[in-house]
Amino acid sequence: MAKKVTIEPVTRVEGHGKVTIHLDDNNQVAQSRLHIVEFRGFERFVQGRPYWEAPVLVQRLCGICPVSHHLAAAKALDVIVGAGTGDGLTPTGEKMRRLMHYGQIFQSHVLHFFHLASPDLLFGIDGDPALRNVIGIALEHKELAVQAVMMRKFGQEIIKATAGKKVHGTGAIPGGINKHLTQEEKEQFLNGPDPLNVDKMIEWSLGALEFFKGYHAANKDLIDKFAAFPSSHVSLVRKDGALDLYHGVLRGIDNDGKKILNDVDYQDYLEYIDEEVKSWSYMKFPYLRSIGKKDGWYRVGPLARMNTVDFIPTPLAQKEFEIFQAYTGGKPNGMSMHMHWARLIEILHSAEMMKELINDPDLYSGDLTVKGTKQKEGVGLLEAPRGTLFHHYRINDDDQIEMANLIVSTTNNNTPMNTAVNLAAKQFMNGQTEITEPMMNAVEVAIRAYDPCLSCATHALGKMPMDFKIVDKNGKVINQKFKNGE
Amino acid sequence: MKNNKKILFYGYGNPGRQDDALGISFVDEMERWVRAQNIENIDFDTNYQLNIEDAEEISGYDLVIFADASMEPIKGFEFSKVERSDAQVEFTMHAVSVSFVVDLCYKMYNKAPDAYLVHLKGYEWELDFDKGLSEQAVENLQGALDFIKEKLLGIVKNSSTIIL
Repeated sequence: MAKKVTIEPVTRVEGHGKVTIHLDDNNQVAQSRLHIVEFRGFERFVQGRPYWEAPVLVQRLCGICPVSHHLAAAKALDVIVGAGTGDGLTPTGEKMRRLMHYGQIFQSHVLHFFHLASPDLLFGIDGDPALRNVIGIALEHKELAVQAVMMRKFGQEIIKATAGKKVHGTGAIPGGINKHLTQEEKEQFLNGPDPLNVDKMIEWSLGALEFFKGYHAANKDLIDKFAAFPSSHVSLVRKDGALDLYHGVLRGIDNDGKKILNDVDYQDYLEYIDEEVKSWSYMKFPYLRSIGKKDGWYRVGPLARMNTVDFIPTPLAQKEFEIFQAYTGGKPNGMSMHMHWARLIEILHSAEMMKELINDPDLYSGDLTVKGTKQKEGVGLLEAPRGTLFHHYRINDDDQIEMANLIVSTTNNNTPMNTAVNLAAKQFMNGQTEITEPMMNAVEVAIRAYDPCLSCATHALGKMPMDFKIVDKNGKVINQKFKNGE
Repeated sequence: MKNNKKILFYGYGNPGRQDDALGISFVDEMERWVRAQNIENIDFDTNYQLNIEDAEEISGYDLVIFADASMEPIKGFEFSKVERSDAQVEFTMHAVSVSFVVDLCYKMYNKAPDAYLVHLKGYEWELDFDKGLSEQAVENLQGALDFIKEKLLGIVKNSSTIIL
């Protein structure tokens, strides 16, 4: 009897996701799909609002990565106020924004690795579900848990110092930034009591990398083979090919490393990227126009960035990048679990960048904003923790937003996540007659590697336990389990 | 007003989602009132959601009062003691529950504050820039504020952290 297994919603993934796995009569996986109920109405809500409100309004889109939306919107509006396309700001304006951004990347990646990913590594995909979270780490690896918490806190403090506050920060404004860093904040971040100083963050970032590399050496099958598949990769890169998470040109490479997006200006992104709608998903499927719908999909995020860039412009992260590259002989890396490795290199890079920026005198004096000739339309791109984030606005003669288009990182990774789910399902569920918690978690591990942020759900307490369903080909539920349910 | 216990009010929610702002509104109103009363030793914090670093923050307090909006079928508001729990009752792990934060605090620092949750009933959750709290939510907020102000004066007077 053909069966359909539904995992709804996916735990440890922001928003509302559901996985459906269709089994054939022999319990072989016939097809797997990740369905995402994504909020797509935001573009409509900002229509009619004064353009200068956008950097604050867009933070309502998501409480998980508000800083990324804040900065991407501000970058788009830089174009509209005539401040150029990311490199036209004052040194203070650009560097304060960069510090905010690297603080965000740092704390977001730390949450993902220590809280969401490392429990699977420390306790195993088939480990006790009660331990597969940061509580389990606190019980058995207390030092790691404390590091995770303090690294998160450091990143949050950087955001607070640059964005102004935790909820609805106002730091980035069209054409620049609204404040300097103070000398007191500098002293706190550089020389604050252990562990809340940037040198400790660098030390712990290196420690996390060593932990991962040690785990990798002992678990090569899992890390190298789990949900591994070839793909194209897209990210921003600095004009000289360096890793730059805040600004650059769009580069894409195929699975052989050949450039398929040749460092193009992202203001023209619509010439290169389109989105396909599929009947079974609420989330669109972006693809490169030059390659077409079928094969034009690509990965974004930490792994993609390690594949597209030529080098990393901070010394410790560059050294780790060279080890990462050498592992595949310089060829593009398609191993989904190496996303964690790439993420850890970016944690280290972000810590190094924060130190460099905090020491930069431009953060403490200098003009905050710049303006030029107003434009009607602007695009802002940056590399958010989960991948490339697109914000595009057009205004009317009354300075109101008349068009907005957003492509969020998770949407860019839609096809890759579906591919990873299908591979994990085949690896763990083929031929099985009973669906177990470890099998379900294996599928989730594949999704979690991409750290999807499905966003936008209000989070009031007490809703949505996990719901597992096995449904036969006639739609009849033949088995149902609740995870964390009553 | 002298107060010997270190107290934190912590509200969370997305203020861009109408009644999801109840937790943050509650803390903002409490802060205004506490400042006017000149009560010492009370801090206030807000965020979109709770997260693991909040375990470190609450470790420095004797008493923490969390505030959040609720979609549950409660009447007006509820006030309850937070029991430590490592259970993952929420579908997202980019955010964590109050019980989880208190439990993580205890497991990392071998201590945890007395913690309570003000759970405020909300009704409207749309992303609407022009609408704030719904009328009923405002009533619930006021009821919770009146209740907590009275409790707070009591515990400050008695130098206690036990409310329930």
